[in-house]
Amino acid sequence: MEIVVAIGIGVLATTGVYLILRPRTFQVIIGLSLLTYAVNLFILAMGRLVVDGAPLLTEGADPSTFADPVPQSLVLTSIVISFSMTALFLVVLLAARGITGTDHVDGDGMSA
Amino acid sequence: MTGLLEVLDRHVSIVPILLPLIASAAMLLLHERRRRAKAIVSSLTLAAMLAATLRLLAVVADASTPEIVVYRLANWSAPYGIVLVADRLSVLMVLVTVLLGAAGMTYALARWAALGPRFHSLYLLLLMGLCGAFLTGDLFNLYVFFEVLLAASYGLALHGSGKRRVKAGLHYVAINLAASVVFLVGVSLVYAVTGTLNMADLADKVGQLGPDNLVLLKAGLSILGVAFLVKSGAWPLSFWLPTTYSAAAAPVAAIFAVMTKVGVYVILRLVALLWPGGEALALFGSSWLLYLGLATVLFGTFGVLASAELPRMAGYLTMISSGTLLAVVASGDPVVLSSALYYLIGSTIGIAVIFLLCELVNRRDGEVAQAVGPVFHDDFETQLRNEFEGVELGVTLPLATTLLAAAFFFVALQLVGLPPLSGFIAKFGMLAAVVEAGSGGYAHAPASAAWWVVGVIVFSGFCVLVALMRKGVSVFWAESAGTTRVVRPLEAVPVAFLIALLVALTVLAQPTLRYTAAASAGLEARSSYLSSVLQPPAGEEP
Repeated sequence: MEIVVAIGIGVLATTGVYLILRPRTFQVIIGLSLLTYAVNLFILAMGRLVVDGAPLLTEGADPSTFADPVPQSLVLTSIVISFSMTALFLVVLLAARGITGTDHVDGDGMSA
Repeated sequence: MTGLLEVLDRHVSIVPILLPLIASAAMLLLHERRRRAKAIVSSLTLAAMLAATLRLLAVVADASTPEIVVYRLANWSAPYGIVLVADRLSVLMVLVTVLLGAAGMTYALARWAALGPRFHSLYLLLLMGLCGAFLTGDLFNLYVFFEVLLAASYGLALHGSGKRRVKAGLHYVAINLAASVVFLVGVSLVYAVTGTLNMADLADKVGQLGPDNLVLLKAGLSILGVAFLVKSGAWPLSFWLPTTYSAAAAPVAAIFAVMTKVGVYVILRLVALLWPGGEALALFGSSWLLYLGLATVLFGTFGVLASAELPRMAGYLTMISSGTLLAVVASGDPVVLSSALYYLIGSTIGIAVIFLLCELVNRRDGEVAQAVGPVFHDDFETQLRNEFEGVELGVTLPLATTLLAAAFFFVALQLVGLPPLSGFIAKFGMLAAVVEAGSGGYAHAPASAAWWVVGVIVFSGFCVLVALMRKGVSVFWAESAGTTRVVRPLEAVPVAFLIALLVALTVLAQPTLRYTAAASAGLEARSSYLSSVLQPPAGEEP
């Protein structure tokens, strides 16, 4: 399972990095979204990957069979924040499109 | 009454965070047209924040009271709950933030607050994020406060709209979103290795790590460091900075001057907690801080020389200030640090004054900068724009050009570091201490590192002198007669207030330096920080 998650994070991060380096604002915002997905998965993986484990420890149980609840709450926070930031970026992107008349990140349109 | 005061006193650490949050949320309910009500709420909030900060300052500066105030949210003890830690350093940063915030807000009340929707709410949220980032003792909580202040700053950077702002804002938002991603990667790596997010607990756990985990921890800390270097505007991660800062509205740019110091502050905090923790992380990353700091100073210096406009120059001056602090912090020497903190106060206030002056200097008689046409046809743009089109200049001050020129030359002296102002005392103190510490200060760098720091800082001071004087001459002297400048009292008051602060900083140099020395000694005494954060709450058995 670890290898599947690792490859998934790698693919998401690679495409994300490629896309944020592209010249169109739409590509940049998709790239940022993919990067945040990669990071969300990464945070979850940092608390050890546990299948079928409850995040609450009961007394006397073996801790290795339980999932770590902290990364789960961290990832929840980070999902909410990155989601709202993406929405905010979308507004700036539309404003830039409206004011400059182009969807190029530098607002000059002709190049690339 | 005394009972209420006692309760307030116990919760004074959280006031600078909670109060602006409540006030800005409440102001969202007020209609944009109710400008007077908003102005009153903002002013009262800032006054209360200032009172709370001064109270905190009195507690941490007093020898008879504990120098570290730990506030446990919901009274959960430290590694499990989130704590706010107010020590001398963080209270100093909060005080600078609140003072600059008050000045910026006063300035904005003259005109800027009316030039776009929801200015007051965003501004107070930015202050909340800044105070929270300075006060928190938890890495993930720091991330949350960073996002709060960044979200507010995105809105403020675009305040007033216009092509230049939106273009610069687009880059600014994209780069900071990417930096936040990097921050999260670093935080989660650190958590994976140490199992804690509390900074004091982290510093405690570092000593117990095996070599395998240490490599991962170093990777995590380096990634975190990259995120903080982006925030603090270190070369080569800062090409967005001069463009964004020079495009922002004047009062917004003034408070942005503190924002770069958040990155510097966090690096300083982590360095103070992690470097003394034994061999494992001793001076980890110090040579990177040194080289990047020097590169930032040089880049900023050439930028100042090459800029034709004053706002852009101010943006590069911000970089010089950050770079100097990074290069000096890298020495890890408490005496150097004490002067560096003194430099931080003076340079931040000085740069904020330059940002405020930019607009006043460039404004001509009867000319009012107009926001451009609406992009979205929301409530504010369609209904209220007409009301603000002809905002009256109202009462203006006589002798505006003379006053502005005097203020400009005063601040130029401060930023260049010429006597008799605090800029000189600070730079002299830093350089003397760097030379005194000698090669021992930069243990991981070549022996001549200290002299490189001295040379670069003196060289940048000289270049800034040339650039600012050239600008001053062309703006104030080489102008055709008959141009009159317009300054309103509400705009002159914050500038005069900040300049008075700079004068006070110079006159009261000894007590201030004593305080910064105590602050850096407090950072040096790491064990008392750890024990006061990690001890269980009073009145509870461990």
